[in-house]
Amino acid sequence: MSPIKLLAQFFHLERKDFLRSPSFDTSLVILILMGLGALYFAVVFVGLGIGIYFIAEEVAPQNPFGWINQGIWVFWLADLIFRYMGQKMPITKIKPLLSMPISKSNIVVFSMLKSVVSPFNWLYLFLWIPLYVVLLQQDLDPVGVTTWILGVSVLFLANNFLNLWANNSPWVFGIAFGALVIAGAGKYFELFDLKAVSGGLFEAFYQTPATLLAAVAWLAFLVWGSHRFFLAGMFLDDRFSVKAEVARTTKMAWLDSMGRMGIFLKNDLRLIARNKRAKMAVLTGVFFLFYGLLFFTNAIEVYQGAYWKVFAGIFVTGGFLFSFGGFVPSWDSSYYPLMMTQKITYADYLKAKWWLIVWATLASTVLASFYALMGWEVYLAVLAGAAYNVGINAHLVLLGGAFVKTPIDLTSAKKAFGDKQAVNLKTMLIALPKIALPMGIYALGQWIWDAQGGYLLLIGLSLLGFGLRNPVLGWIERIYKKEKYDTIQAYKPKS
Amino acid sequence: MIHIEQLSKSYSGTTVLDIETLQIPSGTALGLVGNNGAGKTTLFSCLLDLIKPTQGHITNRDLRVDQSEAWKDFTSAFIDESFLIGYLTPEEYFSLIASLRTVPQSEVDTLMEELAPFFNGEVLGQKKYLRDFSKGNQKKVGIAATLIGKPSVVVLDEPFANLDPTTQFRLKDLLKKIASQGDTTLLVSSHDLNHVTEVCKRIVVLSKGKVIQDLETNPSTLAALETYFAQQVPDASIG
Repeated sequence: MSPIKLLAQFFHLERKDFLRSPSFDTSLVILILMGLGALYFAVVFVGLGIGIYFIAEEVAPQNPFGWINQGIWVFWLADLIFRYMGQKMPITKIKPLLSMPISKSNIVVFSMLKSVVSPFNWLYLFLWIPLYVVLLQQDLDPVGVTTWILGVSVLFLANNFLNLWANNSPWVFGIAFGALVIAGAGKYFELFDLKAVSGGLFEAFYQTPATLLAAVAWLAFLVWGSHRFFLAGMFLDDRFSVKAEVARTTKMAWLDSMGRMGIFLKNDLRLIARNKRAKMAVLTGVFFLFYGLLFFTNAIEVYQGAYWKVFAGIFVTGGFLFSFGGFVPSWDSSYYPLMMTQKITYADYLKAKWWLIVWATLASTVLASFYALMGWEVYLAVLAGAAYNVGINAHLVLLGGAFVKTPIDLTSAKKAFGDKQAVNLKTMLIALPKIALPMGIYALGQWIWDAQGGYLLLIGLSLLGFGLRNPVLGWIERIYKKEKYDTIQAYKPKS
Repeated sequence: MIHIEQLSKSYSGTTVLDIETLQIPSGTALGLVGNNGAGKTTLFSCLLDLIKPTQGHITNRDLRVDQSEAWKDFTSAFIDESFLIGYLTPEEYFSLIASLRTVPQSEVDTLMEELAPFFNGEVLGQKKYLRDFSKGNQKKVGIAATLIGKPSVVVLDEPFANLDPTTQFRLKDLLKKIASQGDTTLLVSSHDLNHVTEVCKRIVVLSKGKVIQDLETNPSTLAALETYFAQQVPDASIG
């Protein structure tokens, strides 16, 4: 088969994979959301492309073009970092292809081509083209401007391959990271001036058109290198073999005294300790602890209102509640049928999860004591947030869980944020009161009495919610039972 | 006694299970055979209340499985990997199941000793999580766990598949022993006619969701089944 025909065949398979995937509806929604995001960036880029030269004229009237060249390295670096975080080597499902009469090289070429059509690349057209048009109208050499714009776009495209390579090879990542550290240190100790280096480098594309060849050579080197790297790595035992970890068993006997709930708690603690995805959720909770600093230090002006303090109080103590609790019962999705056939009542199951969430919230509250240093009012907001999380939000996340029907792949750390469940309308509706409602309750109390009254009203209602725990959990249990068959069906592994 | 009456399951108009009546007295070892798509796993899933039948219901010891949960006290099953917890070691998994069924750890240890030949030294003390075991060894763990606490109803979907020949023979002996004791209702589905006729005293043949044959096992059963399956012709209406 000719390479072109082969590529066409690959794209054909890719299209079917998308259209026939079991989660087609949700992928479509995500695609639309991504489309809107891309549209946003396209607009911003067009604006930037048109505007940047005129901004430069304002800032550096003597040499606007030189100013752009001096600053462009920041943009280039940001591009690389964003790619590193967001752009992965597109996965071609190669397992069934490996034994086919297709050269491995072609499979790699296809994957790399696929990476080129990523928005990380084509969105830049919205920046470079307007910028090129604007620059042509200035008092600059048109040939130089042409080689300049080509050189810049080649360097940004090269980031595509640099990222793919660095993302998969610790060596390349190390070298790139080392280079960044050296550059950073150089700037910090004023050994050399990145602005001048960048200015000189990019200016060269304009002054000496032949330097374009150097950029192309850099791109070619990265394409060649990453192609070689992926080709060498394309064996089943390299990419797909399971690296068995040595199991460590802790008895956790202290939980045995807690009866049936202790059984579940023990299992949940093992779940968290042994799975990347669950560890990430706990880590997110820890990050949330410091989220309040943004609000309470008045670092950001729009966050200074009292309502935002309530908002922060909820977030500071509720990190685990949102990141872990929000995905109950999906944590157990891979063995849900087992749970459903054992002597397990939803009541015990839910209560164990509830305790786990409450413990974590209390632990966060203790850890968040340092906010007391910022005044008793800040601390009151944290305490009120904690009370609301325990008294009301703990119920709400469990309620939302009845409608979470996205299985979780425990072993993968990716996708821990912004999962598909984000587009589930029902869970969104239940998520709203978790944050908006306490702000409203506070506002009501503040309106009737004063700020303290607002916090006290919040705490009072939370105590009421806490007191009603058993009937509320009983009600949630009935919803779980009703959703049982749908949930089992949704958690079935889809190949 | 498991009692199935007028049970049917259809997905958007296609009937995958349609059983008029099927009684399984307590202590029976029943083998379920049939080609792919015959409805074996669907029947088991209905029995375990994992899917809701379109019509009819199943009672397990007079308990309607979709209304009561008490049948879970004396029923155990291994259908597929979703009955295993990947991040536990086999030992932890067994003690989790034991504690859920309120079985003392000592009883688990005794059972594990009895199962040593079946495990063939590849399950216990491996310092590995279940997700890192091979499919065959995962299956051994899943089957072993169904025996914890001597449940009176044991459901195994394709227990022989994925096992190496030695383990298949040992599993067959194990199941035969359980069947001969006569106090366990054993439901086994299999594509291996040889094994299943040896283990089970009664064989039910399913085809497209219907019970086609219901035989007491005797020396000629295997031959009869082989003839039946050899004569199956592709059905033009399916596809």
